[in-house]
Parts: sequence; C-alpha cells; structure tokens
Amino acid sequence: MQDDPRAAEILPAIATFLRETVTTDHSAHTLFQARVAANACDLAAREAQLAPASDAAELERLEALLGRSGTLAELNAELAARIADGSLTLETPELKAHLWATSMAKLAVDQPSYASYRRALKRLG
Amino acid sequence: MTEASLHPALADPLAALGRRLFHGAGELHGLRRLSGGASQETWAFSFHTPKGLRPLILRRKPHDRQSELAAGLETEAVLLKLAAEMGARVPPVFYVLTPEDGCGTGFIMDRLEGETIPRKILRDAEFAQARQVLARDCGEALSLIHRIDTARLPRTLRAAPGSVRLAELERTYATINRPNPVFALALRWLAANRPPDPAHLALVHGDFRHGNLMIGPDGLVGVLDWELAHLGDPMEDLGWICVPSWRFGGIDKPVGGFGERRQLFAAYEAAGGAPVDPFRVRFWEVFGALQWGLMCAGMAEVYRSGTDGSVERAMIARRASEVEIDLLDYIAPLVHEADDAG
Repeated sequence: MQDDPRAAEILPAIATFLRETVTTDHSAHTLFQARVAANACDLAAREAQLAPASDAAELERLEALLGRSGTLAELNAELAARIADGSLTLETPELKAHLWATSMAKLAVDQPSYASYRRALKRLG
Repeated sequence: MTEASLHPALADPLAALGRRLFHGAGELHGLRRLSGGASQETWAFSFHTPKGLRPLILRRKPHDRQSELAAGLETEAVLLKLAAEMGARVPPVFYVLTPEDGCGTGFIMDRLEGETIPRKILRDAEFAQARQVLARDCGEALSLIHRIDTARLPRTLRAAPGSVRLAELERTYATINRPNPVFALALRWLAANRPPDPAHLALVHGDFRHGNLMIGPDGLVGVLDWELAHLGDPMEDLGWICVPSWRFGGIDKPVGGFGERRQLFAAYEAAGGAPVDPFRVRFWEVFGALQWGLMCAGMAEVYRSGTDGSVERAMIARRASEVEIDLLDYIAPLVHEADDAG
C-alpha cells in the first residue's frame, strides 16, 4: 500500500503550482519547485502503473499472514498492532519477506534511485 | 533598493545597533533572509566597520514562537561560547541582543565561509581534500562538545537521555496515527535494545548532520544550528551523523556519506572522548532513522490539513518509505554481513 498523500492528492497541488506560481513568480525558488513538481509527476505515473499489481500482491500476503480478509488499510493496521504487541515477530514465517516486499513496492514508486533500494534490489536478485 | 525599504521592521533597529556598536560607523549592508528554521529566523548581513566589511549572521525569534523542544536562542549563544572555549569549530558569537535593541530575541555571530549543501560536499572536486578528513573532524568536534563542563550549562537545557527520547518517539508514532508495520517493528527493536541511560549526561548537539555542518576545502569549518541541543547520551550525536538518510547516495560511507565509523570513533577517542561503544551508537542510528521516517510520515497530515499544501511537502511525506528500507537493513537484513560495517 502506497503512503499518503497518494498521487491523486498530489496532482491538484501540481496544477495549482503551474497555474498560480509558475505564471507569476520567476524566482530561483520557483525553479526549484518546478523540479520537485516534475519529480512528483514521475511519481504519479509510476504509482498509476505499479500500485494496482503490488497492492493486490500485498493484500494476498496480508490475508495469509493474518488469516482473515479485509481492506489493505485494515490489514496493515492490524499487522502493525500485532507487531507492536509482540504477537508477530521476525520469527513469524513470511513476516520478514512480506515487510521487504511491501517496502520495496513503495520505493519502486516513491524513489527508485534511492541507493539502499538499488542495493536491496541486487540482493533480492 | 535599500535594505530598509525591503525589511524596515528589522533593518532600522539593526542599522541603529551597528552605529552604536561601531561608534557611528557600522553601516548595515546586504540584509537578507536565509532559508530554513520555522520557529526562528536566520538573516545574513554585514556591518561596514572601520576595518572593512564584517559578514554576520543574525539568529532571532521575532515573536513568542518557540517549540517546546528548542533550546532557545539565549541558550544557543551560551553553548556556542562554551564550545568555542573547548576549541570546537563553531561560529564566534559577536553580540547577544537585548530588549532595548528592538530586533527581537537572539544573537549575532560571525558568518563563516563554507558550504552546507550535501551533494556539493560529497561530489565537487573542491571538497576532495575535505572528504578525506571530515569523519575525523566530526569525531574531534563531538568529543570537544561532549566534554563541556555540564555545571556551566544553562539550567533551562532539558534532560533527554535514551529513555526519554524513546518515549517521545513512541508518542510521535501514536500521534501521527498512520499504522506502519516497519516502524512498529523498529519501535519494538529500540525498546528491546535500548542501552541504560548513562550515569552522567553530556551536552548533546542534537542535530549534528549535513546542513548543519559548514564545510570548507580543508574540512569542517563550523558546527551550526544548536536549536535541538539537550542533556543526554553523547552517543546520540555519533549515531545521528551515521543515519543512512544523511549519506546522500554514499551508502558505503556511513559517516555522512564521506567517512567510516572507525575514523569517527578513533578521532573521538583521540580527542579525549570516552571509549565508543559501537552497540550504543547502533541503537542511536536506528533511533535516528526512525525519527527521520516519522518526521517524513508526519508531513502527510501537514499537507492534507492545508497548513502547507505545497508539492514539496507532499514529496517529503513520500520519503518515509526510504527509511523503511534503511530500518529493515538494520533490524531484518537480507544478508548477515552488513556491507556498511565500517
């Protein structure tokens, strides 16, 4: 499950920036913000492309781990709570693999050039 | 355009202060607001003195805006003076504001020449020599800071060793209210691996990392931004500078993307610091990574509430996932012999 804010929540801010800031303020800070906005467009495109499949895979893993069905948000909340109370640990089969797979799916959207992600990709083969 | 027409509320009293300090000379030049610092303002300017232009920095709080965790500017000025007495590289305090100056509360310090932008420090040829000595410089600076006589520290400085800091982090996670399995696992790990609070607390800088370290071609020039200073476990500072989020691509160089832990630790001990316990430092690295992750995750609410609806804010929130990978590398590694063991 991708973190908040999702692409659909970020796109309106990009539109506002293009309409209201780019047209009136040509400072160096606007240039910087424009680069950030371009990166955000890339992120939104990756999210649209990758998140449906990775969300489906994550849901399947969560249902197997927790032994019940539910929404991604519900099951993630339950998983976090059961890790917090110690009833699920790294000794739990498949938990470590699930956490890695889920965080890697986030990074594939959020920041695929992040050095720790590139290194983990190689290690995961 | 004159400074006064741009920022009259500050320029007028500051110009008057310059004339007073330099007996009629001391004309104000080039006043401009620098970025950064939400609760406090930082300004660059110069006084034209009989000996030439004196480049200065003003750190001030215009109104009653102060985070409960911030040390306070009067305290920062005292810490800078004490650190300078120890021989640590810090900007010299030039003047502490009084209410009569009409510039708010805060202090003026000399403006150091150097660079704080990580990518330049880690990539540019100009800093090639600096990169060789920076881990050593950092170890030495922290060693001197941590040996400041705590009896001389302002009474207002809060005491926050590991037990207090971890309780704060747990509260932050609960307040953000975004269940995150990796962050929950990291909190469990921290609770299980927290070393006992040290018997004697030391002055901890609290934000010793890129952005707050002024770097010149020969190495560290000055340690800046003492806003988060507190009494605590000195290993917190050594851990924070090694957090992966501050390596900016140089993940195989744990210290700020430029150095090895053993260089940092050796310099720390050689400058008179207590022997470094690598496991204690590791606790603070994991702590620091999660602290930054929660800071990012918290931005989602700042964005959604409209407090700051900028694209930049949204994109910082989406960096929380970087920290998930880094935390898993620490507490659930894919390979047992960590590549960054240096």
